[in-house]
Amino acid sequence: MIAEQFNYDAPSTLNEAFALLQEYGDEAKILAGGHSLIPMMKLRFSSPTHLIDINNIPDLNHIKEADGQLKIGALVREVDLEDSDLINQKYHIFIDATKLIADPQVRNFGTIGGNIAHGDAANDHPAVMIALGAEVEITSPEGQRVVPIDEFFYGFYTTAVQHGEILTEIRVPAASGKYGSAYYKVERKVGDYAAAGVATMVQIGEDGICQKAGIGLTNVNPLPMRASRSEEVLVGSQLTDEVIEQAAKMASEDCNPSEDLRGDEDYKRHLVKVITKRMLKKAIERAQNS
Amino acid sequence: MIKCKTSKEIGGMGHSKKRKEDARFIQGKGNYVDDVKLPGMVYMDIVRSPYAYAKIKNIDASKALEIPGVLAVVTGKDLEQYNLHWMPTLMSDTQMVLPTDTVMYQAQEVAAVIATSRYIARDAKEAVMVEYEPMDPVMDPYKAMDEDAPVLRSDKEGKEDNHIWHWEVGDKNKTDRVFEEAEVTVKQQMHIPRIHVASIETCGCVASYNKVENHLTMYMTTQAPHAIRTVIALVAGHVGLTEEKIRVISPDIGGGFGGKVPVYPGYVIAIAVSFLTGLPVKWIEDRSENLQADSFARDYHITAEMAGTKEGKILATRFKVLADHGYTDASANPSKFPTGLFSIGTGSYDYNAAYMEADAVYTNKPPGGVAYRCSFRVTEAVHAIERLTDVFASEIGKDPAQLRMDNFIKKEDFPWASPTGWSYDSGDYHAGLQKAMDAINYDELRIEQAQLRKEGKWMGIGISTFTEVVGAGPSKDFDILGVKMFDSAEIRVHPTGKAIARFGTKSQGQGHETTYAQIVAEELGIPMEHIQIEEGDTDTAPYGLGTYASRSTPTAGAAAAMAARKLRDKAKRIAAYLLEVSEEDLEWEPGKFFVKGAPEKSKTIQELVFAAYTNHPPGMEGGFEATHYYDPPNLTFPSGAYICVVDIDPETCHIKIRRFVAIDDCGNIINPMIVQGQVHGGLTQGLAPAMYEELIYDNAGNILNGTFMDYLVPTAVESPSWETGHTITPAPHHPIGAKGVGESPTVGAPPAIVNAIVDAVAHLGIKHLEIPVTPYKLYKELKAVGHFE
Amino acid sequence: MKKSINITVNGADHTIEVEPRTLLVHAVREILNMTGTHIGCDTSSCGACTILINGKSAKSCTILAIQADGKEITTVEGLATQEGLHPIQEGFHLAHALHCGFCTPGMMMRAIEMLEKNPNPTEEEIRWGISGNLCRCTGYNNIVKAIQWASAKMEGRELPSTEPEFV
Repeated sequence: MIAEQFNYDAPSTLNEAFALLQEYGDEAKILAGGHSLIPMMKLRFSSPTHLIDINNIPDLNHIKEADGQLKIGALVREVDLEDSDLINQKYHIFIDATKLIADPQVRNFGTIGGNIAHGDAANDHPAVMIALGAEVEITSPEGQRVVPIDEFFYGFYTTAVQHGEILTEIRVPAASGKYGSAYYKVERKVGDYAAAGVATMVQIGEDGICQKAGIGLTNVNPLPMRASRSEEVLVGSQLTDEVIEQAAKMASEDCNPSEDLRGDEDYKRHLVKVITKRMLKKAIERAQNS
Repeated sequence: MIKCKTSKEIGGMGHSKKRKEDARFIQGKGNYVDDVKLPGMVYMDIVRSPYAYAKIKNIDASKALEIPGVLAVVTGKDLEQYNLHWMPTLMSDTQMVLPTDTVMYQAQEVAAVIATSRYIARDAKEAVMVEYEPMDPVMDPYKAMDEDAPVLRSDKEGKEDNHIWHWEVGDKNKTDRVFEEAEVTVKQQMHIPRIHVASIETCGCVASYNKVENHLTMYMTTQAPHAIRTVIALVAGHVGLTEEKIRVISPDIGGGFGGKVPVYPGYVIAIAVSFLTGLPVKWIEDRSENLQADSFARDYHITAEMAGTKEGKILATRFKVLADHGYTDASANPSKFPTGLFSIGTGSYDYNAAYMEADAVYTNKPPGGVAYRCSFRVTEAVHAIERLTDVFASEIGKDPAQLRMDNFIKKEDFPWASPTGWSYDSGDYHAGLQKAMDAINYDELRIEQAQLRKEGKWMGIGISTFTEVVGAGPSKDFDILGVKMFDSAEIRVHPTGKAIARFGTKSQGQGHETTYAQIVAEELGIPMEHIQIEEGDTDTAPYGLGTYASRSTPTAGAAAAMAARKLRDKAKRIAAYLLEVSEEDLEWEPGKFFVKGAPEKSKTIQELVFAAYTNHPPGMEGGFEATHYYDPPNLTFPSGAYICVVDIDPETCHIKIRRFVAIDDCGNIINPMIVQGQVHGGLTQGLAPAMYEELIYDNAGNILNGTFMDYLVPTAVESPSWETGHTITPAPHHPIGAKGVGESPTVGAPPAIVNAIVDAVAHLGIKHLEIPVTPYKLYKELKAVGHFE
Repeated sequence: MKKSINITVNGADHTIEVEPRTLLVHAVREILNMTGTHIGCDTSSCGACTILINGKSAKSCTILAIQADGKEITTVEGLATQEGLHPIQEGFHLAHALHCGFCTPGMMMRAIEMLEKNPNPTEEEIRWGISGNLCRCTGYNNIVKAIQWASAKMEGRELPSTEPEFV
C-alpha cells in the first residue's frame, strides 16, 4: 500500500506553516502524528498534494496547569499523557483512554491534537474532552481564538479548524475539590475503535452534592456527543444508584448509534447505559478518594 | 517425563533442543520472498474488481502506460493468446488467471501492471480504467441451489446449475433406522464461517525466467514446492516450460497454515510476464489483497444430528453439509476427498451407525476451501461432533464429561473401525480427559459454578475431546492431481560423520531444521547439531508433496527414520567387517555398534561412516547416503482433551477465558518444546474463529472486513495463558510412533470454547451459539430468549 | 521530486534519496537493504515493521522516511554486538518465542522499548505492551516468557526457567 505522490515541508515555526498553508490551499494537509492520515493516504482514501509536517514546531508539546486550566499542547503524544505525573495524579481519564487507543507504537506518535482535529466520532479524546468541558485553541496568522468543545465538531472529518488554521492547544478546567473522571470503551479487540465509549467527570461538594458533571460519548452518534440530559440529572443531586441509573438510561436514549460490524443500535444503546453507569461510579469513587 | 534413548549431546527424540533455525530469524537474517532482489527485477501490481459479479466491457490501459516506468499492462485477452487465461485448481476445477469477460467475486484479479518500481506499479494500477456491467451476485449458498438462481459457471459447457459435487459416506439405511428407533434425538444447525489464515507474511513470488537457457526459477511462498513445480509444468508445458526447466525455491515462509498451498493467479501472471520479457518479476500481495482474494477456509453449513439413549449412550450421528466454495472449488484436498477428511466427524465415541452427505455450490465469493491450520476439513467435523455431543448431554441432563467418558472408544479396542471407514490407529481417550479434568479441578468448578449462578454470575465450563486424522496419506487412497501423497527424505553423511538431510516438505515455522535433525540423530547417533536440514529447493530436495495438514512428521519424518535405518544397516555391515564378527553378533546403542558380550569392541557411527569412504568392505557400494520415499500404511489419529473455563460479564457480555487446559496425544514426541509451542499457537488459532474471526460479505458481494482493522486476529491481550500437557499413545504403524500435532489445537479448541460459553448461559435458555461467539452476538441471542429488556 | 535525507541506522550514517511518500520501512528494506524489518499489513495493525526511532518503538510502515530525517534508527540488525546477542534475542531463542520468524523482529523491537520504560513488567503489562504486534504462530505464551527472561537478564535478577512446562 503506497500513497499518491505529494510534496512535503517541515516548517520550524507556526508562521512558516501558515505561509505554506496559504500557498498550497485546500489540497494541503497538516501532518502531526500521522497515524490516522498516513494509513488513509496509503489506502488512497485521502490524497493531499502537500503535507505540512508540524512536528518541528516548538512549544506545542506541553502538559501543565496554569490559570486554573490544564493545558495540553497539540503535539503532545498519547504516550506523553501516559507518562505524565500530573496526568497520573489528577486526570485519570486520560490514563483510562490512552490505554485503549490503538497500541503502544501508535501512541508513541499519535497526538492529542490530531485525535481531536481528525473530527472522527470514533476517536476517543473527543468524548473525553466533552466530559472535561474542554476548549480548543486554534491559531491562525490573525491570532488565536478559543472554541468550546461543544462547538468544535462540525461533521464527519470536519471541525472548527478552518483552512489556514492550526489547532495549537487544548484546555481543560483544572481539577479541584472532590474531582474524578473515567473512561471506558467496549472494543472487539484491543486497539479497535469503540463499539461504544463513555467519558465521565464529576465534581462533588463536601455535602455530597454533585456540583459539576460531564459525560461524553464515543462512536454512538454522528458527532462526538455530550449526554446533556444525563449531566443535568446529576448536577445538584446526591449521586445515588438511582440517579446514576437514570443518567445512564438517558445517555442511552439520547445517543444515535448506527449499525456496523461492532453491533446494532440496540446493542450500542445497551452498552452506553452499562458503561455510563460504570464510569460514573468509577469517577465518583475517584472523586471521593481525591 | 518423556524418556530419551539418546544422550543430550546426540539430541535424539524427546529432547527439548533449542531450534537451529532461530539464529537467522532473531538477527534479521531470514530470507523471505520479499527479501529476494534480483538484477533488473520489475514489480507487478494487480487491478482488482470492485464488483462481485460483472461483465467486463472494456479495459483502458492507455493512461497507465503513459506513466514513466510502466512497462506493460496484462489482461486476460493477452493471456488468452497463450491459452494461459484459465488454470486448473488442485480439485480439478478451473479458475481464471485473468478474466476475458466476467469477474466472479469482489477483489478478483482483472489486469496486472508491470513497472520498474513498486511505487510506480501502484500508481499505474489506479490509472487502469475498467468499465464493468455489474450483475446481481449470488452470495447465499442455499439460494445458489434455487432452481431460478443464475448459473454462475456458464463458461462450463452444459452447466445448468450451481451444484459442484455431491459426496456421501456411511450406511444411510442403518443410520436412519437407529434414528427412528432412538429414545432421544437432537439436531443442531451450525455454520462454520469463512475465515482466512492471515499468516503475517502475505503471499508473493519472484518469477525469473532466463530466456537464453529456457529456465524458470520461481521464488515463491509455497508450502509445497514440488507439487507447484509439477502444476506449473502442467499449466505451462505447452509453451515450452517443461518440468526439468523449472526450479521452485520456497525460501523462509512467514507462516502458511494452508493458505500457501494453492497456486494463485498472481503467480501465473508473474511467470507469464517473466517468460515473455525475460525480466525477473516480483509480486507481493498487500494484506487487503491477501484477505480479500486468497483462498478462504471453511464455510460449511452443517445440519448435525445425534441419536442416543436416555442414559446417554450415543447410537448414531447424521451430518448434512452445504459447502460454499465461491466461484470455483479451489480446495487443496486429496483428489478423492472433496470434503477432505470430514468423515472423521463421528468423533471419539464408540457407536456404529453414521451417515454423512455433502453438496458443494458455487457463489460469487473468492474461491477456496483450504485449511486454516487444519487437516482437510477436520475442524468442521470436530466442531460438529463436539458441539452436538454437548447438545445431546444438555438434552438428557447429563454432565458432558461423564457422557464423554461413557462413550469413548476404549484403549483396548484399537485399532478401531469407524462407521465412516477409518481405522483409528491408537488412543487413550479416558486417560486424556481424566488428566485434563484433574488439571482444571473439574468437579470443584462445577460446585463453584452452581454457587456463582446463585449470585447471578455467569461462568461456564466447556469440553472438547477430539480425534484428529492426519498424515495424508497412503498411496492407495491419497493423491493430489494424481501424484501420490508419500513424502521423502534423503540423507548424506559426509566422511567426517556430519550430515545433510533433504526433504520434500517445507517448514513454515514448524521447526523442521531441528526436529528432522533429531529424528536422524535418534536413528544414527550423530549429534543433531551436526545434521544440516534443507527443504524448499526442488533442484536439490527429493520429491514430496509438502507441508500442510500436519503431515510432515507422519510422512517425511517417517521417511527420515527409514532412510537413517537404511544407513544404520549399512553401518552394521561395515562394523561387522571392521570388527571381524558376523552382523548377528553386533548390538546398537545410539552412536555405536558393539560386539555382544564384549562392549569394548565397538565402532562409533563416525568411524563407520569414515570407513564407508576410506575402507569399505569389498563388494559394498562406497559412500554413505540413503533416500526413502515413505508411503504410510495408515493415517495417524492424534487426539486431545481440552477444557475451557469462561467468565462472562452479565451486562456487557464480555467473555473472558479464565483457564484453558489442553492435553494432547500426538504419539511419541520428538521435541517437547516444539510440540508445546505448536499447541500454544494452534490454540490461539482455535480461539480466533471461536470468538473473533470471520470474513463477512453483504448481499451485494462486498467484503465488509478486508483489512486487519476489522478482520480480528487475536493479540496477546485476547489470547489467554494456555496450559498444556500430554499423554502418549504411540502410532503403532509409524516408524517412530509419532502422529503429528500442528493442527490438533486449532481443531480442538473452538468447541471447547463455545461449549464453555453456552454452558455459562445455558440456564438462561441458550442451547447453541454460532461462531465466532462475540459479545454482540451473545447479547442478541440472550435478548432473543428474553433476557435483556 | 526526490529529497535527500540523513538517517543513522544501527550507528551508521546514511544519506539517501527518497520521494516524500517513501515509507520508512521501504527505505530501510529496499534502499538500505536491511530486510530484517518486515511488512505484514497496510493499516499499522500488525507491528511486523516495528523499529526504534530515537529509542521509541515505531511502525515504520506508517512513518515517512522523510520524517526520520536526522533521526537515529535501530533495527533488528543492530541488536547483536561483538559481545553477542541482545538479551531479548537470547530470550526469544531460549523460550521458543518464534516459529516462522516473520513477526519476530518487530516483536523484539517493541519489547526492547517496553523493557526500557518498565524493566520488570507483569505478564499483564507485557501482553498489553505487545498488543500492537500480531503473531500468528506462537499463541504468545512463549513470547511473554521470553520477555520475562530478557527482563531478568537485563536487570541482573535470577533467570527464570525457559524449559517447557509440558507434562
